Amino acid sequence: MSTTSTDVTPRTLATGKTLGESGVRRDLRPPTPATGKAQAVRGKSARGKGVKAGPRVGAHTPVTWVKKGGLTTLVFALPVIVIFGVFSWYPIVRSIIMAFQETNLVTAKWVGLDNFRWVLTDPDLPRACLNTAYFLGLALLIGFPVPLIGAILMSEVKRLKGVYTVLAYLPVVIPPVVSVLLWKFFYDARSEGVFNALLGYIGLGPYPWLNDKFWAMPSLVLEATWAGAGATVIIYLAALIAVPTNLYEAAELDGAGIWKKLWHVTLPHLRGVLFITFILQIIATAQVFLEPYLFTGGGPNKATLTILLMIYNYAFGASLGSDYGSATALSVMLAIVLAIFSLIYFRLTKSWSQS
Amino acid sequence: MTKKREPSDLATPFNRGLISDFERRKPGVKISVSVVNVLLFLFLMLACLGPMYLLLKSAITPTQDTLRSPLSFFPNGAAWDNLSEAWNHVQISRYFLNTIILAAGSWFFQLLVATTGGYVLSVLKPKYAPILNALVVCTLFVPSVVLLVPLYLTVLHPPIIGTSLLNTVWSVWLPAGASAFNVVLVTRFFDSLPREVFEAARVDGAGPFALFWRMILPMSKPILGVVSVFAFIAAWKDFLWPMLVLKDPKVQPLSVRLPAIQGQTDLGVFLAALAISTVVPVVFFLVFQKFFLSGAGMSGAVKG
Repeated sequence: MSTTSTDVTPRTLATGKTLGESGVRRDLRPPTPATGKAQAVRGKSARGKGVKAGPRVGAHTPVTWVKKGGLTTLVFALPVIVIFGVFSWYPIVRSIIMAFQETNLVTAKWVGLDNFRWVLTDPDLPRACLNTAYFLGLALLIGFPVPLIGAILMSEVKRLKGVYTVLAYLPVVIPPVVSVLLWKFFYDARSEGVFNALLGYIGLGPYPWLNDKFWAMPSLVLEATWAGAGATVIIYLAALIAVPTNLYEAAELDGAGIWKKLWHVTLPHLRGVLFITFILQIIATAQVFLEPYLFTGGGPNKATLTILLMIYNYAFGASLGSDYGSATALSVMLAIVLAIFSLIYFRLTKSWSQS
Repeated sequence: MTKKREPSDLATPFNRGLISDFERRKPGVKISVSVVNVLLFLFLMLACLGPMYLLLKSAITPTQDTLRSPLSFFPNGAAWDNLSEAWNHVQISRYFLNTIILAAGSWFFQLLVATTGGYVLSVLKPKYAPILNALVVCTLFVPSVVLLVPLYLTVLHPPIIGTSLLNTVWSVWLPAGASAFNVVLVTRFFDSLPREVFEAARVDGAGPFALFWRMILPMSKPILGVVSVFAFIAAWKDFLWPMLVLKDPKVQPLSVRLPAIQGQTDLGVFLAALAISTVVPVVFFLVFQKFFLSGAGMSGAVKG
């Protein structure tokens, strides 16, 4: 056995180019289970002699590759490669190709920028963009202060804090489809509808909610905020916990009251996370689909038509449909915009989590 | 910075925040803090539990009562029939089972890809690991929207196998596995595991499979818990993708089926169906709170 081990040693090292890491980690994988024990010994001797072995010696053949465990590693890598390959990398490449093609699934022909031209001149596009921006504006108006104030108040709760947290997070775990359908029932436009009856107690309404051009979008945003605020509250709570307590103590020594501490210590510490949730909100809003699709179908009179709804209609809609080229062209344009925001987001979270 | 407190501390007993113990003892502060706490509690009850309560109540109320006065307590008695009607006649039971099958399969593939991928990228580290890692991380920047159409066409005409995956569970299970977020999360966790233990196991003759199965997976329970909870919930919530690829009502999950049956179902029965669909995720949440909340806190730092 010892002879084989010395025989293999140089080759083992030859492929392990960067010794610093691989010296230890590469050896972790003796190849076939049958020779597992022997390989473990080999691996050890390989490391022992590693320092002296120096530059590349010996050939790099498939046999040595298998013996060193390359095959086993590949078996472990297979799920990632296959699943990502077929269901992520391939579709990504394909979407870029399809954006420049006209396809009916059987044949495809190159049409250059025609798809983009078609989408950009679609009279619905400006409306969908404006609607999406309007959704975002409302979502920030309602969805920004509520979780922030809620989280700050909750972080000062001493007893039963868990109950508060669970209550706040509860709407997030309700399936979104159920939330939307339930709220659709609440938005019943008759004066006996749930919200209209509630508002009727204080002499307001009845409001037409989803049936009206003006009220439709705020109704959508209100539901979306309700369904999503809990997750934001948890993010803020985690950030609030991370505020160093000695800063509060220092501020108190300087005579700062509660409001002063809130303004000069707490809020500045939340700046990073507030910006992150802001970016997340933009990314999520640009892809909003469920609410307009289930509540209003884009109506009334296209008042809630969003970009994603347009993509859906191009590709799968009843009246248009099967215009995969235009759908992918619009998707690609949207993706480029969103990728910029994701990039900002990842840069931020990276520097943020390292600090 | 002083000691960094973790998101998991959310559940642990209070250690000071904005308001100091000294301030809390002042009568003015004491009263206003209590008042704010009570108001906050009432608000949360009303806003978060209120709609849930109304759903459960309406689920067992006769339709006519719900239509006439949705806010009142059972004016004409409770209609428990709604529940059994929804479960049996509207076949919620079948869609319920479909949802569980879809969620379980998605969970399995997400965990399979994330753990084996993390093992390759963090522990085995072959030469191509950096390339593989870069390719996986790249997909984090691609919003799911872009994939909608090409992914649909891929499922329609998958490479190699040739037959369409439409209307089969595979069309939901397999794409669910391609979650870069999971792979990154698990890889990072594996990176934090002590290398000496692997080394010791290797010296004892453990092969890569044994190392993976008997050492790494048992050590990774916390992160696997988080990934599992999110995988299951995401599968339960998913709507657009299953609606596109599962056209056959026989295999559709609740999320797809509920909007479809709305038109032809009696309101009371429909609300009962909604209530049934909500029970599982809510119970799941109450049982696995810790994973949910630590995972949600984590998303502030990493999620894509």
